Amino acid sequence: MFVTGDLERIERKVLRGERLTREDGETLFACNELSWLGALADFVRKRLCGDEVLYNVNCHVNLTNICVSRCKFCAFGRNADDRKAYAMTLDEAIKLVAEASRDPNLVGLHIVSGLHPTWTFENYLAFVETLHAKFPALYVKGFTGVEIQHFADISGLSVEEILRRLKAAGLQAIAGGGAEILTDRVRNLLCPNKCSASQWLNVARTAHKLGLPTNASMLYGHIETLAERVEHLIKLRELQDETGGFRTFICFPFLPKNTALEGDIKQTSMFDDLKTIAISRLMLDNFPNIKAYWVMLTVPVAQVALSFGANDIDGTIHRENILHDAGATSPRALAQDDIIKLIRDAGRIPRLVTEAIK
Amino acid sequence: MKTLTSAHDKISSGGRLTADEILALYEENDLLYLAESARRVKESKTGKKVFYTVNRHVNLTNVCRANCPLCAFSCQSGSNRAFTLELADVEQVVRCQVSGVSEIHIVSALHPTKDFAYYVNAVKLVKRILPHVGINAFTPVEIVNFSQISGKSFADVLRELIDAGVTSLAGGGAEILSDRVREIICPKKCSASQWLEVMRTAHKLGLRTNASMMFGHVETIRERVEHLIKLRDLQDETGGFMAMMLFPFHPENTRLGEQFKLQRVGSWEDLKMLALARLALDNFDHFKAFWVMLTLPVAQLALSFGADDLDGTIGEEKIIHAAGAKSSAGISVDKLRKIISETGYVPTERDSFYREV
Repeated sequence: MFVTGDLERIERKVLRGERLTREDGETLFACNELSWLGALADFVRKRLCGDEVLYNVNCHVNLTNICVSRCKFCAFGRNADDRKAYAMTLDEAIKLVAEASRDPNLVGLHIVSGLHPTWTFENYLAFVETLHAKFPALYVKGFTGVEIQHFADISGLSVEEILRRLKAAGLQAIAGGGAEILTDRVRNLLCPNKCSASQWLNVARTAHKLGLPTNASMLYGHIETLAERVEHLIKLRELQDETGGFRTFICFPFLPKNTALEGDIKQTSMFDDLKTIAISRLMLDNFPNIKAYWVMLTVPVAQVALSFGANDIDGTIHRENILHDAGATSPRALAQDDIIKLIRDAGRIPRLVTEAIK
Repeated sequence: MKTLTSAHDKISSGGRLTADEILALYEENDLLYLAESARRVKESKTGKKVFYTVNRHVNLTNVCRANCPLCAFSCQSGSNRAFTLELADVEQVVRCQVSGVSEIHIVSALHPTKDFAYYVNAVKLVKRILPHVGINAFTPVEIVNFSQISGKSFADVLRELIDAGVTSLAGGGAEILSDRVREIICPKKCSASQWLEVMRTAHKLGLRTNASMMFGHVETIRERVEHLIKLRDLQDETGGFMAMMLFPFHPENTRLGEQFKLQRVGSWEDLKMLALARLALDNFDHFKAFWVMLTLPVAQLALSFGADDLDGTIGEEKIIHAAGAKSSAGISVDKLRKIISETGYVPTERDSFYREV
């Protein structure tokens, strides 16, 4: 290709399949050779993932938006007395999933919610038990590391015990959210009431030990430095070396609208979004999948991201709530046909999956 | 396979691509290879500079006798959307422009009753109020219309416009330069050969112009490639084209979109065609990423796919927004500069002729 110096050295390492260092990661974030970065990430993607692009037909279930954490980057969480606050009953959750199940291709649920001030762990557990019993064919992925730690805090049970009980109730995988940036400097400023970086990693480690796969994510484009993005990726890579339990990595560009940071922070550029996906693919050499989450990226960027290292485009979603409260301009759901078309137009092969076989 | 190999060889050595080679690259669908190659061509021509201009669009009227199936802007007189600026309106629009404008861009519908003098007078008025500003005005479609309504030759029409103050011609109306396609998408517009003839005549008179392609409707990929080759051939002959623009077709609110159930092509296709056209048109100096059509994020990305110009601040743009474009209707210089800087390029303000200001 067309680069010189450090970039050429990094390119040679990637082509030989060598691991990139922290310094390499920082060099990549400092460079603006976008198409070169993309082509390099695309090379790695081909080697690790082939030409298939994974997607699923899924339904997001957000049990409540009432949350004690009230993180600065969040437009979804609310106080209990807020006009738009809601908390689902079991029947309402069943109704939502029943409606989504009218699509015969529906394969899974994605359950992520606020940290409700009065709900007990048993309340959350009941949703998993009930939905799993009513819809036994659906793959149930749910709860981020933040929620799991919260359940441990409010119940007095260990993280391991919480995970065992959720698994027994029908939970099959843990969601990747809540990682934000895994440094305590950033977390203290952005989300001081949430679990710490080491707690988040501990939940993932424990889940992997119990045979519960998890996803991982990074929320970027707020107050973090580029070195902290690299730090974050390296922490995930180290844990993956240890357990092998991460399935998919997802980059979340921060959407400032309707959050406490609106006005102070501008939304990331498409340039930064694609660069970050490409660098993630290059740094996370032990992750099987990199997801371009169309809700955050918008559909056009997500499509282009397929040539910047991504091999997963998430799913149809049924109805997205969390990011649309933060001004996401993408649609709330996509038709399966639209997903198939945008993958094919990118010259790739669509493959409908559940999280189970990723 | 042999064609593809020769295409790759030419890209690394700088040779000119044939139609078959361009098609082979299209089929290969290696987006980032195209991007990287196109960006290298861009940098060989304009280095690290990315241009923008402070400009204003003026649409004189949307009342149109062509009534093309591809268009969401035009309407019949009597429609509640119809507008036609009289000279006093034009004066008002132009007078309220901020200082520092370096180009006024005038593109309009083919009004069924306004005579050629109306358009000439509009230009004279702009020239009188803003004597030092470039006037980029009228597509060949409009020039052919002026010729028809005035009985004058293309050359005479163009001379009169030059005398009135037009400094360059707009590049629109090319759509796809194939009469098969034009019969379907814009049957009452000028033919492919008329479009090219107006450009040839303009270039011979020393009037520089832009060029364009509108894709993603009923055309074949081969027709896109043939379109590019026609532009390249004319550029070889005259050297009068400054910039090329690609317009993905916006089907919303158009009869064409409804009739053929068209969807807007994806960003993949937008960027792929940009890079491919940059590689095909080796004799064009500039490629515009027209952010109104592409949206700002995709326009920014286009800078890594061979574009070297983000066009301008625009102010008022009615044609594409009538077809459901989702970009905002104007943009500040600061924002344009920031978008360029984020990509590592150097924001460079230009005038109508790509001279730095």
